[in-house]
Amino acid sequence: MHAQSRFPNKLLPYILLSPSIVVIAVFFIIPTVKSIYQSFFRVSPFGDRRIFVGFDNFVRLFNSPAYVQSLLRTLIFATAVVLIGLSFCMIVAVLLNQRIRGMSVFRTFFIWTYAISPAIAGTIWALMFNPATGPVVYLVKLLSGKSINWMNDGRLALAIVIVAAVWKMLGYNVIFYLAGLQAIPTELLEAASIDGANGIKRFFRVTFPLLSPTTFFLLIMNMLYAFFEVFGLIDIMTKGGPGNATEVLVYKLYKDGFISIDIGFASAQSVVLFVFVTVLTILQFRYTQQKVFYG
Amino acid sequence: MKVYKRQKIQVYVVLSILLVVVMFPVYYAFVMATLSDKDSYSFPPKFLPSFHLIQNMREAWKSAKMGRLMFNSAFIAIVVALAKIVFSILAAFAFTYFGDFKGKYLFFSLILITHMLPLPVRLLPTYDLMKAFKWVNTYYALTVPFFASATGTLLFRQLFLTVPGSLADAARIDGAGPMRFLWHVLLPLSKTNMGALLLIEFNYIWNEYLWPLIITTTPEMRVVQIGIKMLLASEAQAADWNVIMAGTIMAMLPPLVMLLIFQKTFMEGFSMKEEK
Repeated sequence: MHAQSRFPNKLLPYILLSPSIVVIAVFFIIPTVKSIYQSFFRVSPFGDRRIFVGFDNFVRLFNSPAYVQSLLRTLIFATAVVLIGLSFCMIVAVLLNQRIRGMSVFRTFFIWTYAISPAIAGTIWALMFNPATGPVVYLVKLLSGKSINWMNDGRLALAIVIVAAVWKMLGYNVIFYLAGLQAIPTELLEAASIDGANGIKRFFRVTFPLLSPTTFFLLIMNMLYAFFEVFGLIDIMTKGGPGNATEVLVYKLYKDGFISIDIGFASAQSVVLFVFVTVLTILQFRYTQQKVFYG
Repeated sequence: MKVYKRQKIQVYVVLSILLVVVMFPVYYAFVMATLSDKDSYSFPPKFLPSFHLIQNMREAWKSAKMGRLMFNSAFIAIVVALAKIVFSILAAFAFTYFGDFKGKYLFFSLILITHMLPLPVRLLPTYDLMKAFKWVNTYYALTVPFFASATGTLLFRQLFLTVPGSLADAARIDGAGPMRFLWHVLLPLSKTNMGALLLIEFNYIWNEYLWPLIITTTPEMRVVQIGIKMLLASEAQAADWNVIMAGTIMAMLPPLVMLLIFQKTFMEGFSMKEEK
Protein backbone atom coordinates (compact mmCIF):
# COMPACT_ATOMS: atom_id res chain seq x y z
CA MET A 1 0.00 0.00 0.00
CA HIS A 2 1.20 3.51 -0.68
CA ALA A 3 2.61 4.54 2.66
CA GLN A 4 1.85 8.20 2.39
CA SER A 5 -1.51 9.68 1.78
CA ARG A 6 -2.02 11.11 -1.69
CA PHE A 7 -5.25 12.77 -0.78
CA PRO A 8 -5.76 14.50 2.55
CA ASN A 9 -9.45 13.57 2.97
CA LYS A 10 -10.14 12.03 6.36
CA LEU A 11 -13.68 10.80 5.91
CA LEU A 12 -13.65 9.71 2.28
CA PRO A 13 -11.86 6.34 2.67
CA TYR A 14 -14.51 5.21 5.13
CA ILE A 15 -17.28 6.23 2.77
CA LEU A 16 -15.56 4.35 -0.06
CA LEU A 17 -15.23 1.23 2.06
CA SER A 18 -18.69 1.30 3.58
CA PRO A 19 -20.58 -0.56 0.82
CA SER A 20 -18.24 -3.58 0.98
CA ILE A 21 -17.94 -3.54 4.76
CA VAL A 22 -21.70 -3.37 5.32
CA VAL A 23 -22.30 -6.33 3.00
CA ILE A 24 -19.52 -8.34 4.63
CA ALA A 25 -20.66 -7.57 8.16
CA VAL A 26 -24.31 -8.38 7.50
CA PHE A 27 -24.03 -11.39 5.20
CA PHE A 28 -20.71 -12.92 6.20
CA ILE A 29 -19.59 -12.05 9.72
CA ILE A 30 -22.92 -12.04 11.57
CA PRO A 31 -24.20 -15.31 10.02
CA THR A 32 -20.88 -17.04 10.70
CA VAL A 33 -20.88 -15.95 14.33
CA LYS A 34 -24.46 -17.14 14.57
CA SER A 35 -23.51 -20.51 13.05
CA ILE A 36 -20.91 -20.94 15.77
CA TYR A 37 -23.33 -19.75 18.45
CA GLN A 38 -26.11 -22.08 17.29
CA SER A 39 -23.79 -25.06 17.26
CA PHE A 40 -23.88 -24.93 21.09
CA PHE A 41 -27.66 -25.14 21.24
CA ARG A 42 -30.35 -27.61 20.57
CA VAL A 43 -33.00 -25.76 18.62
CA SER A 44 -36.57 -26.85 17.96
CA PRO A 45 -37.41 -27.20 14.25
CA PHE A 46 -39.41 -23.98 14.23
CA GLY A 47 -36.60 -22.15 15.97
CA ASP A 48 -38.85 -21.04 18.81
CA ARG A 49 -37.08 -22.89 21.64
CA ARG A 50 -33.39 -23.38 22.25
CA ILE A 51 -31.47 -25.13 25.00
CA PHE A 52 -27.75 -24.63 25.62
CA VAL A 53 -26.07 -28.03 25.28
CA GLY A 54 -22.35 -27.13 25.24
CA PHE A 55 -20.35 -29.36 22.93
CA ASP A 56 -23.12 -31.91 22.76
CA ASN A 57 -23.80 -31.33 19.04
CA PHE A 58 -20.15 -31.97 18.24
CA VAL A 59 -20.11 -35.12 20.36
CA ARG A 60 -23.22 -36.28 18.54
CA LEU A 61 -21.59 -35.42 15.23
CA PHE A 62 -18.44 -37.44 15.73
CA ASN A 63 -20.34 -40.33 17.27
CA SER A 64 -22.65 -40.47 14.31
CA PRO A 65 -21.46 -43.17 11.91
CA ALA A 66 -23.29 -41.45 9.06
CA TYR A 67 -21.34 -38.24 9.63
CA VAL A 68 -17.95 -39.89 10.07
CA GLN A 69 -18.55 -41.89 6.91
CA SER A 70 -19.55 -38.76 5.07
CA LEU A 71 -16.36 -37.07 6.28
CA LEU A 72 -14.19 -39.96 5.07
CA ARG A 73 -16.07 -40.08 1.78
CA THR A 74 -15.51 -36.38 1.26
CA LEU A 75 -11.79 -36.80 1.91
CA ILE A 76 -11.59 -39.63 -0.61
CA PHE A 77 -13.59 -37.63 -3.10
CA ALA A 78 -11.49 -34.49 -2.65
CA THR A 79 -8.19 -36.37 -2.83
CA ALA A 80 -9.25 -38.08 -6.04
CA VAL A 81 -10.45 -34.82 -7.59
CA VAL A 82 -7.16 -33.12 -6.73
CA LEU A 83 -4.80 -35.91 -7.80
CA ILE A 84 -6.52 -36.82 -11.04
CA GLY A 85 -7.41 -33.26 -11.97
CA LEU A 86 -4.03 -31.69 -11.30
CA SER A 87 -1.88 -34.37 -12.92
CA PHE A 88 -4.04 -34.50 -16.03
CA CYS A 89 -4.24 -30.73 -16.36
CA MET A 90 -0.54 -30.21 -15.84
CA ILE A 91 0.22 -32.57 -18.72
CA VAL A 92 -2.37 -30.93 -20.95
CA ALA A 93 -1.02 -27.47 -20.14
CA VAL A 94 2.57 -28.47 -20.87
CA LEU A 95 1.48 -29.78 -24.25
CA LEU A 96 -0.58 -26.67 -24.93
CA ASN A 97 2.35 -24.46 -24.04
CA GLN A 98 4.46 -25.71 -26.99
CA ARG A 99 5.06 -23.06 -29.57
CA ILE A 100 3.28 -24.76 -32.40
CA ARG A 101 0.82 -23.32 -34.85
CA GLY A 102 -2.81 -23.92 -34.01
CA MET A 103 -2.26 -24.15 -30.26
CA SER A 104 -4.54 -21.22 -29.52
CA VAL A 105 -7.45 -23.15 -31.01
CA PHE A 106 -6.62 -26.15 -28.86
CA ARG A 107 -6.31 -23.86 -25.86
CA THR A 108 -9.79 -22.46 -26.33
CA PHE A 109 -11.23 -25.96 -26.52
CA PHE A 110 -9.49 -27.09 -23.36
CA ILE A 111 -10.31 -24.12 -21.16
CA TRP A 112 -13.98 -23.78 -21.91
CA THR A 113 -15.25 -26.27 -19.33
CA TYR A 114 -14.48 -23.35 -17.02
CA ALA A 115 -17.81 -21.90 -18.14
CA ILE A 116 -19.82 -25.03 -17.31
CA SER A 117 -21.61 -25.19 -13.97
CA PRO A 118 -21.31 -28.17 -11.64
CA ALA A 119 -25.04 -28.81 -12.13
CA ILE A 120 -24.69 -28.92 -15.91
CA ALA A 121 -21.59 -31.09 -15.71
CA GLY A 122 -23.64 -33.43 -13.53
CA THR A 123 -26.50 -33.51 -16.04
CA ILE A 124 -24.21 -34.30 -18.95
CA TRP A 125 -22.43 -37.09 -17.10
CA ALA A 126 -25.72 -38.53 -15.88
CA LEU A 127 -26.61 -38.79 -19.56
CA MET A 128 -23.28 -40.45 -20.41
CA PHE A 129 -23.84 -43.13 -17.77
CA ASN A 130 -27.61 -43.39 -18.07
CA PRO A 131 -28.15 -47.09 -17.21
CA ALA A 132 -30.65 -47.70 -20.01
CA THR A 133 -29.13 -45.92 -22.99
CA GLY A 134 -25.92 -44.09 -21.98
CA PRO A 135 -23.04 -44.25 -24.46
CA VAL A 136 -20.48 -45.26 -21.83
CA VAL A 137 -22.80 -48.01 -20.61
CA TYR A 138 -23.11 -49.10 -24.23
CA LEU A 139 -19.34 -49.05 -24.71
CA VAL A 140 -18.73 -51.12 -21.57
CA LYS A 141 -21.36 -53.62 -22.68
CA LEU A 142 -19.76 -53.84 -26.11
CA LEU A 143 -16.30 -54.45 -24.69
CA SER A 144 -17.03 -56.64 -21.68
CA GLY A 145 -20.60 -57.85 -22.13
CA LYS A 146 -21.49 -56.45 -18.70
CA SER A 147 -24.28 -54.02 -17.93
CA ILE A 148 -23.22 -51.37 -15.46
CA ASN A 149 -25.73 -49.45 -13.39
CA TRP A 150 -24.45 -46.72 -11.13
CA MET A 151 -27.92 -46.18 -9.70
CA ASN A 152 -27.46 -49.31 -7.57
CA ASP A 153 -23.66 -49.48 -7.34
CA GLY A 154 -22.32 -47.08 -4.73
CA ARG A 155 -18.65 -47.35 -5.68
CA LEU A 156 -19.36 -46.80 -9.34
CA ALA A 157 -21.55 -43.83 -8.46
CA LEU A 158 -18.74 -42.26 -6.44
CA ALA A 159 -16.29 -42.87 -9.30
CA ILE A 160 -18.62 -41.24 -11.82
CA VAL A 161 -19.22 -38.25 -9.58
CA ILE A 162 -15.43 -37.88 -9.32
CA VAL A 163 -15.09 -38.02 -13.11
CA ALA A 164 -17.76 -35.36 -13.57
CA ALA A 165 -16.20 -33.14 -10.89
CA VAL A 166 -12.72 -33.41 -12.42
CA TRP A 167 -14.06 -32.74 -15.89
CA LYS A 168 -15.77 -29.56 -14.78
CA MET A 169 -12.52 -28.21 -13.29
CA LEU A 170 -10.35 -28.96 -16.35
CA GLY A 171 -10.75 -25.48 -17.78
CA TYR A 172 -9.92 -23.71 -14.55
CA ASN A 173 -6.84 -25.81 -13.86
CA VAL A 174 -5.51 -25.55 -17.40
CA ILE A 175 -5.91 -21.75 -17.37
CA PHE A 176 -3.81 -21.45 -14.22
CA TYR A 177 -1.20 -23.97 -15.34
CA LEU A 178 -0.82 -22.15 -18.65
CA ALA A 179 -0.26 -18.88 -16.82
CA GLY A 180 2.25 -20.60 -14.54
CA LEU A 181 4.09 -22.05 -17.52
CA GLN A 182 4.24 -18.72 -19.26
CA ALA A 183 6.08 -17.32 -16.26
CA ILE A 184 8.88 -19.88 -16.66
CA PRO A 185 11.77 -18.26 -18.54
CA THR A 186 12.44 -20.14 -21.76
CA GLU A 187 16.20 -19.66 -21.26
CA LEU A 188 16.01 -22.12 -18.38
CA LEU A 189 14.47 -24.81 -20.54
CA GLU A 190 16.88 -24.04 -23.35
CA ALA A 191 19.84 -24.29 -21.00
CA ALA A 192 18.59 -27.64 -19.77
CA SER A 193 18.12 -28.70 -23.35
CA ILE A 194 21.71 -27.75 -24.26
CA ASP A 195 22.89 -29.71 -21.24
CA GLY A 196 21.35 -32.72 -22.91
CA ALA A 197 18.14 -33.09 -20.93
CA ASN A 198 15.39 -34.65 -23.02
CA GLY A 199 11.74 -33.64 -22.86
CA ILE A 200 10.78 -35.84 -19.94
CA LYS A 201 13.89 -34.95 -17.93
CA ARG A 202 13.30 -31.26 -18.62
CA PHE A 203 9.76 -31.65 -17.37
CA PHE A 204 10.73 -33.26 -14.08
CA ARG A 205 13.89 -31.22 -13.42
CA VAL A 206 12.76 -27.78 -14.53
CA THR A 207 9.07 -27.42 -15.34
CA PHE A 208 7.58 -29.45 -12.51
CA PRO A 209 9.47 -27.74 -9.66
CA LEU A 210 8.97 -24.28 -11.12
CA LEU A 211 5.25 -24.96 -11.38
CA SER A 212 4.98 -25.93 -7.73
CA PRO A 213 3.55 -22.57 -6.56
CA THR A 214 0.78 -22.94 -9.14
CA THR A 215 0.27 -26.56 -8.15
CA PHE A 216 -0.01 -25.63 -4.50
CA PHE A 217 -2.46 -22.86 -5.25
CA LEU A 218 -4.57 -25.19 -7.41
CA LEU A 219 -4.40 -27.87 -4.75
CA ILE A 220 -6.07 -25.51 -2.29
CA MET A 221 -8.60 -24.26 -4.82
CA ASN A 222 -9.52 -27.79 -5.90
CA MET A 223 -9.88 -28.90 -2.29
CA LEU A 224 -12.24 -25.99 -1.63
CA TYR A 225 -14.12 -26.84 -4.81
CA ALA A 226 -14.42 -30.50 -3.86
CA PHE A 227 -15.70 -29.60 -0.42
CA PHE A 228 -18.03 -26.71 -1.22
CA GLU A 229 -18.83 -26.28 -4.88
CA VAL A 230 -19.97 -29.75 -5.88
CA PHE A 231 -23.37 -29.49 -4.27
CA GLY A 232 -25.19 -28.94 -7.58
CA LEU A 233 -23.38 -31.80 -9.23
CA ILE A 234 -24.32 -34.22 -6.45
CA ASP A 235 -27.88 -32.97 -6.20
CA ILE A 236 -28.46 -33.43 -9.92
CA MET A 237 -26.65 -36.75 -10.31
CA THR A 238 -27.26 -38.84 -7.21
CA LYS A 239 -28.87 -36.85 -4.38
CA GLY A 240 -26.20 -38.46 -2.21
CA GLY A 241 -27.19 -41.99 -3.19
CA PRO A 242 -27.35 -44.84 -3.86
CA GLY A 243 -27.66 -45.41 -0.12
CA ASN A 244 -25.30 -42.72 1.14
CA ALA A 245 -22.51 -43.58 -1.30
CA THR A 246 -22.05 -40.05 -2.63
CA GLU A 247 -23.27 -38.05 0.35
CA VAL A 248 -20.43 -35.59 0.84
CA LEU A 249 -20.34 -33.16 3.77
CA VAL A 250 -21.99 -30.22 2.06
CA TYR A 251 -24.85 -32.43 0.91
CA LYS A 252 -25.30 -33.86 4.38
CA LEU A 253 -25.35 -30.35 5.81
CA TYR A 254 -28.10 -29.37 3.41
CA LYS A 255 -30.14 -32.47 4.25
CA ASP A 256 -29.78 -32.11 8.00
CA GLY A 257 -30.38 -28.36 7.91
CA PHE A 258 -33.16 -28.02 5.38
CA ILE A 259 -34.87 -31.39 5.17
CA SER A 260 -34.54 -32.90 8.67
CA ILE A 261 -34.27 -29.38 10.15
CA ASP A 262 -31.87 -30.34 12.94
CA ILE A 263 -30.47 -26.84 13.36
CA GLY A 264 -27.93 -27.36 16.14
CA PHE A 265 -26.59 -30.47 14.44
CA ALA A 266 -26.33 -28.75 11.06
CA SER A 267 -24.67 -25.70 12.64
CA ALA A 268 -22.05 -27.93 14.20
CA GLN A 269 -21.38 -29.27 10.69
CA SER A 270 -20.97 -25.70 9.45
CA VAL A 271 -18.42 -25.09 12.19
CA VAL A 272 -16.42 -28.18 11.19
CA LEU A 273 -16.38 -26.93 7.60
CA PHE A 274 -15.29 -23.52 8.87
CA VAL A 275 -12.35 -25.07 10.73
CA PHE A 276 -11.41 -26.93 7.59
CA VAL A 277 -11.52 -23.89 5.33
CA THR A 278 -9.59 -21.85 7.90
CA VAL A 279 -6.77 -24.38 7.93
CA LEU A 280 -6.62 -24.37 4.13
CA THR A 281 -6.57 -20.58 4.00
CA ILE A 282 -3.81 -20.31 6.58
CA LEU A 283 -1.75 -22.80 4.57
CA GLN A 284 -2.41 -20.76 1.48
CA PHE A 285 -1.26 -17.50 3.04
CA ARG A 286 1.72 -18.99 4.74
CA TYR A 287 3.14 -20.89 1.81
CA THR A 288 2.34 -18.73 -1.18
CA GLN A 289 3.04 -15.19 -2.09
CA GLN A 290 0.08 -15.24 -4.37
CA LYS A 291 -2.75 -13.68 -2.47
CA VAL A 292 -5.23 -13.16 -5.22
CA PHE A 293 -7.45 -15.97 -6.18
CA TYR A 294 -10.44 -16.25 -8.34
CA GLY A 295 -13.49 -18.05 -7.11
CA MET B 1 12.10 -23.09 -27.85
CA LYS B 2 12.58 -25.01 -31.06
CA VAL B 3 10.26 -27.89 -31.55
CA TYR B 4 11.08 -30.45 -34.18
CA LYS B 5 8.67 -31.70 -36.74
CA ARG B 6 8.26 -35.21 -35.38
CA GLN B 7 7.67 -33.85 -31.92
CA LYS B 8 5.13 -31.42 -33.32
CA ILE B 9 3.15 -34.26 -34.83
CA GLN B 10 3.31 -36.19 -31.58
CA VAL B 11 1.98 -33.20 -29.66
CA TYR B 12 -0.85 -32.75 -32.15
CA VAL B 13 -1.81 -36.41 -31.96
CA VAL B 14 -1.76 -36.62 -28.18
CA LEU B 15 -3.67 -33.37 -27.77
CA SER B 16 -6.24 -34.42 -30.34
CA ILE B 17 -6.89 -37.69 -28.56
CA LEU B 18 -7.23 -35.93 -25.21
CA LEU B 19 -9.48 -33.34 -26.78
CA VAL B 20 -11.80 -35.99 -28.23
CA VAL B 21 -12.09 -37.62 -24.80
CA VAL B 22 -12.72 -34.31 -23.05
CA MET B 23 -15.17 -33.00 -25.63
CA PHE B 24 -17.12 -36.17 -26.26
CA PRO B 25 -19.65 -35.66 -23.45
CA VAL B 26 -20.52 -32.23 -24.81
CA TYR B 27 -20.70 -33.52 -28.35
CA TYR B 28 -23.00 -36.28 -27.24
CA ALA B 29 -25.14 -33.88 -25.24
CA PHE B 30 -25.54 -31.83 -28.41
CA VAL B 31 -26.40 -34.90 -30.50
CA MET B 32 -28.97 -35.89 -27.90
CA ALA B 33 -30.55 -32.43 -28.07
CA THR B 34 -31.13 -32.92 -31.81
CA LEU B 35 -32.79 -36.35 -31.64
CA SER B 36 -36.45 -37.20 -31.95
CA ASP B 37 -38.21 -38.64 -28.89
CA LYS B 38 -37.99 -42.13 -30.30
CA ASP B 39 -34.28 -41.93 -31.18
CA SER B 40 -33.43 -40.44 -27.81
CA TYR B 41 -33.88 -43.75 -26.06
CA SER B 42 -32.61 -46.08 -28.71
CA PHE B 43 -30.01 -48.63 -27.64
CA PRO B 44 -27.35 -48.73 -29.03
CA PRO B 45 -27.39 -44.94 -28.75
CA LYS B 46 -27.29 -42.66 -31.80
CA PHE B 47 -24.02 -40.83 -32.29
CA LEU B 48 -24.94 -38.55 -35.18
CA PRO B 49 -27.11 -35.45 -34.91
CA SER B 50 -30.60 -35.30 -36.32
CA PHE B 51 -32.96 -32.39 -37.04
CA HIS B 52 -35.08 -31.94 -33.93
CA LEU B 53 -33.01 -29.35 -32.08
CA ILE B 54 -35.43 -26.45 -32.47
CA GLN B 55 -38.39 -28.61 -31.56
CA ASN B 56 -36.65 -29.92 -28.42
CA MET B 57 -35.60 -26.45 -27.41
CA ARG B 58 -39.14 -25.24 -27.80
CA GLU B 59 -40.36 -28.12 -25.67
CA ALA B 60 -37.77 -27.39 -22.96
CA TRP B 61 -38.56 -23.67 -23.17
CA LYS B 62 -42.22 -24.41 -22.54
CA SER B 63 -41.95 -27.18 -19.98
CA ALA B 64 -39.33 -25.50 -17.75
CA LYS B 65 -40.33 -21.90 -18.51
CA MET B 66 -36.79 -21.38 -19.73
CA GLY B 67 -37.42 -17.84 -20.93
CA ARG B 68 -38.18 -16.63 -17.45
CA LEU B 69 -35.32 -18.62 -15.93
CA MET B 70 -32.80 -17.30 -18.45
CA PHE B 71 -33.95 -13.78 -17.73
CA ASN B 72 -33.62 -14.27 -13.98
CA SER B 73 -30.16 -15.76 -14.25
CA ALA B 74 -28.93 -13.09 -16.64
CA PHE B 75 -30.41 -10.30 -14.56
CA ILE B 76 -28.93 -11.39 -11.25
CA ALA B 77 -25.57 -12.28 -12.81
CA ILE B 78 -25.22 -8.86 -14.43
CA VAL B 79 -26.39 -6.96 -11.35
CA VAL B 80 -24.01 -8.85 -9.07
CA ALA B 81 -21.05 -8.57 -11.46
CA LEU B 82 -21.51 -4.81 -11.85
CA ALA B 83 -22.04 -4.27 -8.13
CA LYS B 84 -18.92 -6.28 -7.33
CA ILE B 85 -16.90 -4.21 -9.78
CA VAL B 86 -18.13 -0.92 -8.30
CA PHE B 87 -17.79 -2.01 -4.67
CA SER B 88 -14.32 -3.40 -5.14
CA ILE B 89 -13.00 -0.43 -7.11
CA LEU B 90 -14.17 1.91 -4.35
CA ALA B 91 -12.62 -0.28 -1.67
CA ALA B 92 -9.35 -0.69 -3.56
CA PHE B 93 -9.15 3.07 -4.06
CA ALA B 94 -9.65 3.62 -0.32
CA PHE B 95 -6.83 1.18 0.44
CA THR B 96 -4.31 2.72 -1.91
CA TYR B 97 -4.59 6.52 -1.91
CA PHE B 98 -5.40 7.61 1.61
CA GLY B 99 -2.38 6.58 3.64
CA ASP B 100 -2.77 4.68 6.90
CA PHE B 101 -6.17 5.78 8.09
CA LYS B 102 -7.47 4.28 11.31
CA GLY B 103 -8.86 0.77 10.95
CA LYS B 104 -7.38 0.25 7.49
CA TYR B 105 -5.86 -3.14 8.29
CA LEU B 106 -8.96 -4.31 10.11
CA PHE B 107 -11.10 -3.48 7.09
CA PHE B 108 -8.61 -5.09 4.76
CA SER B 109 -8.68 -8.29 6.82
CA LEU B 110 -12.47 -8.22 6.88
CA ILE B 111 -12.56 -8.17 3.11
CA LEU B 112 -9.99 -10.97 2.84
CA ILE B 113 -11.89 -13.05 5.37
CA THR B 114 -14.83 -13.48 3.01
CA HIS B 115 -12.71 -16.07 1.22
CA MET B 116 -12.80 -18.16 4.35
CA LEU B 117 -16.56 -18.07 4.60
CA PRO B 118 -18.15 -20.00 1.74
CA LEU B 119 -21.91 -20.26 1.91
CA PRO B 120 -22.12 -23.69 3.63
CA VAL B 121 -20.27 -22.25 6.64
CA ARG B 122 -23.08 -19.74 7.23
CA LEU B 123 -25.94 -21.43 5.43
CA LEU B 124 -28.71 -21.58 8.04
CA PRO B 125 -28.18 -18.14 9.64
CA THR B 126 -28.03 -16.47 6.22
CA TYR B 127 -31.30 -18.12 5.35
CA ASP B 128 -32.79 -16.95 8.66
CA LEU B 129 -31.57 -13.46 7.91
CA MET B 130 -33.41 -13.51 4.58
CA LYS B 131 -36.55 -14.55 6.40
CA ALA B 132 -36.09 -11.71 8.87
CA PHE B 133 -35.61 -9.23 6.00
CA LYS B 134 -38.60 -10.76 4.19
CA TRP B 135 -36.26 -11.34 1.25
CA VAL B 136 -37.04 -15.04 0.70
CA ASN B 137 -37.92 -15.60 -2.95
CA THR B 138 -36.87 -12.11 -4.08
CA TYR B 139 -34.18 -10.68 -6.34
CA TYR B 140 -32.68 -9.01 -3.26
CA ALA B 141 -31.82 -12.38 -1.75
CA LEU B 142 -30.34 -13.57 -5.02
CA THR B 143 -28.09 -10.53 -5.44
CA VAL B 144 -27.31 -8.33 -2.42
CA PRO B 145 -25.49 -10.93 -0.25
CA PHE B 146 -22.98 -11.36 -3.10
CA PHE B 147 -22.03 -7.72 -3.60
CA ALA B 148 -18.68 -7.69 -1.79
CA SER B 149 -15.68 -9.15 -3.58
CA ALA B 150 -12.31 -9.96 -2.07
CA THR B 151 -11.04 -11.10 -5.46
CA GLY B 152 -12.05 -7.82 -7.05
CA THR B 153 -10.69 -5.65 -4.25
CA LEU B 154 -7.33 -7.40 -4.40
CA LEU B 155 -7.24 -7.29 -8.18
CA PHE B 156 -7.89 -3.53 -8.37
CA ARG B 157 -5.71 -2.76 -5.37
CA GLN B 158 -2.81 -4.47 -7.06
CA LEU B 159 -3.39 -2.49 -10.22
CA PHE B 160 -3.70 0.83 -8.40
CA LEU B 161 -0.44 0.15 -6.58
CA THR B 162 1.38 0.05 -9.89
CA VAL B 163 0.09 3.52 -10.83
CA PRO B 164 2.83 6.06 -9.99
CA GLY B 165 1.84 8.10 -6.93
CA SER B 166 3.12 11.23 -8.64
CA LEU B 167 0.07 11.08 -10.93
CA ALA B 168 -2.19 11.57 -7.94
CA ASP B 169 0.02 14.37 -6.64
CA ALA B 170 -0.15 16.09 -9.99
CA ALA B 171 -3.92 15.73 -10.04
CA ARG B 172 -4.19 17.20 -6.56
CA ILE B 173 -1.98 20.14 -7.42
CA ASP B 174 -4.13 20.76 -10.49
CA GLY B 175 -7.08 20.96 -8.12
CA ALA B 176 -8.71 17.65 -9.03
CA GLY B 177 -10.37 15.88 -6.12
CA PRO B 178 -9.92 12.15 -5.42
CA MET B 179 -13.17 11.14 -7.11
CA ARG B 180 -12.20 12.94 -10.31
CA PHE B 181 -8.81 11.27 -10.19
CA LEU B 182 -10.50 7.90 -9.75
CA TRP B 183 -12.88 8.57 -12.62
CA HIS B 184 -10.47 10.11 -15.12
CA VAL B 185 -7.18 8.36 -14.36
CA LEU B 186 -7.74 5.04 -12.59
CA LEU B 187 -10.92 3.84 -14.28
CA PRO B 188 -9.55 3.99 -17.83
CA LEU B 189 -6.58 1.93 -16.63
CA SER B 190 -8.87 -0.68 -15.10
CA LYS B 191 -10.64 -1.89 -18.23
CA THR B 192 -8.77 -5.19 -18.47
CA ASN B 193 -9.41 -5.97 -14.85
CA MET B 194 -13.05 -5.04 -15.19
CA GLY B 195 -13.42 -7.41 -18.13
CA ALA B 196 -11.76 -10.23 -16.23
CA LEU B 197 -13.89 -9.63 -13.16
CA LEU B 198 -17.07 -9.35 -15.20
CA LEU B 199 -16.40 -12.76 -16.74
CA ILE B 200 -15.51 -14.42 -13.44
CA GLU B 201 -18.44 -13.05 -11.50
CA PHE B 202 -21.01 -13.45 -14.25
CA ASN B 203 -20.07 -17.12 -14.52
CA TYR B 204 -19.98 -17.54 -10.78
CA ILE B 205 -23.51 -16.23 -10.30
CA TRP B 206 -24.95 -17.84 -13.43
CA ASN B 207 -23.64 -21.19 -12.23
CA GLU B 208 -24.61 -20.84 -8.56
CA TYR B 209 -26.94 -23.61 -7.44
CA LEU B 210 -27.25 -24.14 -3.68
CA TRP B 211 -28.37 -20.62 -2.74
CA PRO B 212 -31.09 -20.24 -5.41
CA LEU B 213 -32.28 -23.75 -4.56
CA ILE B 214 -33.03 -22.87 -0.96
CA ILE B 215 -33.96 -19.21 -1.33
CA THR B 216 -36.43 -19.37 -4.23
CA THR B 217 -39.79 -21.02 -3.78
CA THR B 218 -41.88 -20.19 -6.86
CA PRO B 219 -41.28 -21.04 -10.53
CA GLU B 220 -41.10 -17.33 -11.51
CA MET B 221 -38.10 -16.70 -9.26
CA ARG B 222 -36.11 -19.78 -10.19
CA VAL B 223 -32.82 -19.59 -12.04
CA VAL B 224 -31.61 -21.62 -14.97
CA GLN B 225 -29.54 -24.12 -12.93
CA ILE B 226 -32.60 -25.07 -10.91
CA GLY B 227 -34.56 -25.26 -14.17
CA ILE B 228 -32.28 -28.14 -15.21
CA LYS B 229 -33.18 -29.94 -12.02
CA MET B 230 -36.87 -29.36 -12.74
CA LEU B 231 -36.48 -30.61 -16.30
CA LEU B 232 -34.73 -33.72 -15.02
CA ALA B 233 -37.45 -34.35 -12.49
CA SER B 234 -40.30 -33.90 -14.95
CA GLU B 235 -38.74 -35.46 -18.03
CA ALA B 236 -36.52 -38.20 -16.63
CA GLN B 237 -39.32 -40.68 -16.01
CA ALA B 238 -40.17 -40.46 -19.67
CA ALA B 239 -36.42 -40.55 -20.43
CA ASP B 240 -36.81 -37.46 -22.59
CA TRP B 241 -33.10 -36.81 -22.57
CA ASN B 242 -33.39 -34.91 -25.84
CA VAL B 243 -35.49 -32.21 -24.18
CA ILE B 244 -33.31 -32.18 -21.05
CA MET B 245 -30.20 -31.70 -23.17
CA ALA B 246 -31.82 -28.98 -25.26
CA GLY B 247 -32.46 -27.12 -22.00
CA THR B 248 -28.96 -27.85 -20.73
CA ILE B 249 -27.40 -26.41 -23.87
CA MET B 250 -29.41 -23.22 -23.52
CA ALA B 251 -28.30 -22.95 -19.90
CA MET B 252 -24.62 -23.28 -20.71
CA LEU B 253 -24.46 -20.96 -23.70
CA PRO B 254 -24.38 -17.52 -22.01
CA PRO B 255 -21.31 -18.15 -19.80
CA LEU B 256 -19.63 -19.80 -22.74
CA VAL B 257 -20.21 -16.77 -24.95
CA MET B 258 -18.88 -14.58 -22.14
CA LEU B 259 -15.77 -16.71 -21.94
CA LEU B 260 -15.17 -16.48 -25.68
CA ILE B 261 -15.67 -12.72 -25.70
CA PHE B 262 -13.49 -12.04 -22.68
CA GLN B 263 -11.00 -14.85 -23.05
CA LYS B 264 -8.15 -12.58 -24.06
CA THR B 265 -8.96 -9.92 -21.48
CA PHE B 266 -9.30 -12.62 -18.89
CA MET B 267 -5.90 -14.14 -19.60
CA GLU B 268 -4.29 -10.68 -19.66
CA GLY B 269 -5.86 -9.53 -16.41
CA PHE B 270 -4.80 -12.78 -14.98
CA SER B 271 -1.19 -12.92 -16.15
CA MET B 272 -0.66 -9.39 -14.90
CA LYS B 273 -1.63 -10.65 -11.50
CA GLU B 274 0.70 -13.63 -11.80
CA GLU B 275 3.75 -11.45 -12.29
CA LYS B 276 3.64 -10.17 -8.77
